[in-house]
Amino acid sequence: MARRAQPISVGLWVGAAAAALILMLTLGTLGAVMHRAGSFSGFGPADWAAIRFTLLQASLSALISVALAIPVARALARRQFPGRGLLITLLGAPFILPVIVAILGLLAVFGRNGLLNIALSWAGIEPVSIYGLQGVLVAHVFFNLPLATRLILQGWLSIPSERFRLAASLNFRADDVNRLLGRPMLRAVVPGALVVIFVICMTSFAVALTLGGGPRSTTVELAIYQAFRFDFDLGHAALLSVVQFGLSALAAVLAAWIAVPGFSGAGLDRPVLRWDARRGWLRALDALWIGLAALFLLLPLGMVVGQGVASLFSLPPQVFGAALRSVLVAVGSACLMLALALPLSVAAVRAGRLFEVIGTLAIAASPLVIGTGLFILLRPVADPVALALPVTALVNAVMSLPFALRALLPALREVEATYGHLADSLGMRGWARLRLLLVPRLRRPIGFSMGLAAALSMGDLGVIALFADPSQATLPLQLYRLMGSYRLDQAAGAALLLLGLSLALFWLFDRGGRVNADA
Amino acid sequence: MKYPIFAAGALFATMAVAETPVLTVYAPDYFASEWGPGPKMEELFEAECGCDLQFRTGDLMPRLLLEGDKTDADVVIGLNTDVTKKARESGLFAPHGQDNASLTLPISWSDEVFLPFNYSHVAFIYDTTRVENPPASFDELLNAPDDLKIVIQDPRSSISGQALMLWVKAVYGDKSGEAWAKLSPKILTVTKGWSESYGLFTDGEADMVLSYTTSPAYHIIAEGDETKKAAIFPEGHYLFVELAGKISGTDQPELADQFMAFVVSEAFQNMIPTGNWSLPAKLADDKLPEGFAKLNMPETVLFFDEEQAAALRDAAVEEWRAALSQ
Repeated sequence: MARRAQPISVGLWVGAAAAALILMLTLGTLGAVMHRAGSFSGFGPADWAAIRFTLLQASLSALISVALAIPVARALARRQFPGRGLLITLLGAPFILPVIVAILGLLAVFGRNGLLNIALSWAGIEPVSIYGLQGVLVAHVFFNLPLATRLILQGWLSIPSERFRLAASLNFRADDVNRLLGRPMLRAVVPGALVVIFVICMTSFAVALTLGGGPRSTTVELAIYQAFRFDFDLGHAALLSVVQFGLSALAAVLAAWIAVPGFSGAGLDRPVLRWDARRGWLRALDALWIGLAALFLLLPLGMVVGQGVASLFSLPPQVFGAALRSVLVAVGSACLMLALALPLSVAAVRAGRLFEVIGTLAIAASPLVIGTGLFILLRPVADPVALALPVTALVNAVMSLPFALRALLPALREVEATYGHLADSLGMRGWARLRLLLVPRLRRPIGFSMGLAAALSMGDLGVIALFADPSQATLPLQLYRLMGSYRLDQAAGAALLLLGLSLALFWLFDRGGRVNADA
Repeated sequence: MKYPIFAAGALFATMAVAETPVLTVYAPDYFASEWGPGPKMEELFEAECGCDLQFRTGDLMPRLLLEGDKTDADVVIGLNTDVTKKARESGLFAPHGQDNASLTLPISWSDEVFLPFNYSHVAFIYDTTRVENPPASFDELLNAPDDLKIVIQDPRSSISGQALMLWVKAVYGDKSGEAWAKLSPKILTVTKGWSESYGLFTDGEADMVLSYTTSPAYHIIAEGDETKKAAIFPEGHYLFVELAGKISGTDQPELADQFMAFVVSEAFQNMIPTGNWSLPAKLADDKLPEGFAKLNMPETVLFFDEEQAAALRDAAVEEWRAALSQ
């Protein structure tokens, strides 16, 4: 990608430092665990079964999520209607829900006594069971369809409105727009989206187990947990983690090889008008896709709200303290994420895809291995318990990098390709380039990725569960504690609070990135 | 002007802590949470020891084993019989020094190192408004119609799941694989931990849930709800014991000994039934709260000691996995 011969700049050094930090947190912690383990036992039939199932469900989850996201994003991109912005924010909600909350919401719709089966029994149709591979896929699509939709929608929005004007003046029909503007954009965006979702689903654990119906749906992450927690076999946990890394790395390299960087040229930021999409049946089709996606994603959320609203106002005070702690960790995490993602993106555009692969791989790390590794590394020099909250913010930041890079990188490539020469000729480098060119042009993906990082951090139980003292509980941890002490009604209230705060954080950051921008 | 006052306050606080000896207690997260027995325990013990009891939470055994003899712990509370063998072999623990003979456990206890503080039995809990004829024995459960749906926990990630696996082993021995195969169609799903299962049950998704004989006590006492009951099986129920232990390398040996005596004292034991929704390990039955009299309790108690359990475990997990993967 080094198109222009340049001296190694400060930006590149910062990018390299960010990459080194990520490698330390992922491979470094893995190394610490391996070093501590000493001996390694080989894989048994249960391990191989887990690896096979993990690959199967992760591939299918990624393919289905992205296949459904393409028409939904296309519909959202070419329609304007009241409440569209709110709908897009709400559609993103499943992605940031804590797993256990999402599962209970899904079961209220698809479970044995869920809305779907009630409707089927009215219609005299045999009930359907969600438990099995189908349940794992439904849950993973529920979690990841919003992400895939947003990434592809970002792709559509990055096409300047002048292209659509030109298309209209050339009398393009909807098919022509899809073929000549949509398809090149999809070739740039889809492989990355597939890999991110594949890698997220690789490390799935509670979803796969609960909705998978039993041990035939065992994932590698569960095998890691078992090795770590029950057998205290650090070597085996580390080996399984290496497999998880290896498979994810393979997927990331494959995607980097398939993807063709898109380039649609510069624009004047005029509002997008879509003359191509004015036919009646296209309107109906788009309405259908948006309606179906909204129904699938919002109904379980509605059930979560319904179950929690009764006890929202009778929550114990400790829950609010935990909520405040979680908000602080989330905001800190979003800032750390940006501090890592910007230099990493700049380095990836200048010096090659290695930086991108490093950023993407962070999510393939097992949270258990990271937590254990950090504990081993930190303990000789500091008290890990005192550092629990900052460490949680940092690990969450690194975990949200892959999503941030998906949003930032394509936009940054566009900016560099469009304005890079002009900026170079003006000698605009380093801080000035960042402040005057990159940040203003990237405001939208920056807002989106910071919102995502904050919301993800909010909902993630994270490494804090491994070592924290009771006074440092975050909101997800408090939610689990309420459930663990039979207080399921209050847990439902805490879940609703968590959902509301995550969405509010996401909305604030995302909105901040879209000030003065249409669409 | 506020800052110097704050600084002075912080200074005093630090000095006050420095004068008071600290007893560091490692406990599972649920135990030390606001809704567990931890805070009340801290209050009771600090009143009698003149010390500062500090909890550290998280994954108990992995953490202890990682820290080895450099651990900060003085005592540990909330271990269970699954991990005692590994804990004992670590050499980190010292004898508890309490009189085992005075315990009120349903089995005789001779362990000099790990001291029980409460117990329960694993059992399937049902809702009387949804299940009118619960299975009256383990055999009846295995032969129940397949539309009776139960949720259980995974023995690879949950201690109650482990207890169920050993329960089946204790009842069915060599025929455990067949028993699991019969149970399999009735298992709605397997969850990572107890909380997820119990949530599925109270949401009405499952008819019965693997939990403890003492679980209905929460509903009776805290919610005034008597519809949750344990199905009692004459084949017997597997015992679930929670334990405390003293770290041999503690720098507060006297406080640690005082703590071990406190664990089986009446003050602490009285708090267990409604503090940890469990049966006290050393308390006469007539001192239990009223609601506990309404609980269904098993006649027969099953239990493998740690050597027997360790010898069975790996093969039993594989048997479980194979039977449920069909």
